[in-house]
Amino acid sequence: MSQNSGMKTMLNGIIKENPVFVLLLGMCPTLGTTSSALNGLGMGLATTFVLISANVVVSLLKNIIPDKVRIPAFIVVIATFVTLVEMIMQAYVPALYDSLGLFIPLIVVNCIVLGRAEAFAAKNSVGKSFFDGLGMGLGFTMALTILGTTRELLGTGKVFSLTIFPENYGMLLFVLAPGAFIALAYLIAIFNKLKKA
Amino acid sequence: MAKLESTFKNMVLVLTGITIFAAVALGSVYSLTKEPIAASKKAKQENAIKEVLPEYDRLEAEELITLDGFETPFALYKAYKGDTFVGAAVQSYSGNGFSGEIKVMVGFDAEGSIVNYSVLEQKETPGLGTKMGDWFKTEKANQDIRGKHPETNNLTVSKDGGEVDAITAATISSRAFLETIRYAYSAYSQSNTTSNEVALSTDSVTVNQ
Repeated sequence: MSQNSGMKTMLNGIIKENPVFVLLLGMCPTLGTTSSALNGLGMGLATTFVLISANVVVSLLKNIIPDKVRIPAFIVVIATFVTLVEMIMQAYVPALYDSLGLFIPLIVVNCIVLGRAEAFAAKNSVGKSFFDGLGMGLGFTMALTILGTTRELLGTGKVFSLTIFPENYGMLLFVLAPGAFIALAYLIAIFNKLKKA
Repeated sequence: MAKLESTFKNMVLVLTGITIFAAVALGSVYSLTKEPIAASKKAKQENAIKEVLPEYDRLEAEELITLDGFETPFALYKAYKGDTFVGAAVQSYSGNGFSGEIKVMVGFDAEGSIVNYSVLEQKETPGLGTKMGDWFKTEKANQDIRGKHPETNNLTVSKDGGEVDAITAATISSRAFLETIRYAYSAYSQSNTTSNEVALSTDSVTVNQ
């Protein structure tokens, strides 16, 4: 039973309440880092790690944090994990760190992370919070990877740096910022259509 | 367990506790990752130096050169094979790119011709300015800057009357890139005139060491 409900919580984050396509949270890193599939995936996984850890710790501490200082307490917890990710990435995957750069520290203010801590982890058990973080994180990762793949394919004719069609046919627009908005809007439309079906 | 009440004492204690815990966690991970971070930075730089220089077997310690009008000095690494000076790598930068700073390692041979370059850091537009990574070492039209000499060749984009083809649709990035090359050469020639090790002529070069 408990495994079932964990699964349900997780799937909830991936599909029914997908942070990007349904909740429309975390738009800044979504639009900023998805110029290629690999960047989207890296950003998604980093955020997933922060989401899970922050959710678990917040859930553990939910009873000892007085209500009036809960937001600063959550932010300290989240910022700690983000900084850990940043240092670990810089040490062991410098290439990814270089390409994500500024967006890693910005995970701190990603509203998905604080939103889940406040709306879910502060009210639910540790196990449930873990699955919620995992689901939300995977949903975010999925959305970013799809968006990154779409933009990279349309913009440069490559997917994960593998050439699919010659670059000369790429539509540069999709690599630039306006392309991010256009691609995201169409993906949200498609996702909603599929969800209803 | 009941929730702690929001009394002043509780709030101070809890926040202090959480921040202390966070500080300890961060401190320990920092000391754990400090060495790998330094090592990966160093490896990146060494690879870049190796890539842009002719074959060498000894590298001199970095030399910092400040050009007139620049705050940050340029790092220069002299390479020797046996006792012969074979060239130098210069880490150059420019803040005039499309976004952020561009850092490039440029290698010159003993005569001052460009051997190769390697882009260390840039935040240009993906698919446009980011092409600088190999655009200027592709043998096509007037793209290739390898083998050119910054004194005899006009290393600016053709739009500005130079002889290098800019990256399509990324003239600003190309200008900034070529700027780093010219700065690198200034640093290279300044280092050679001050230390008097290498004659600045384009013909034969002697090293008195």
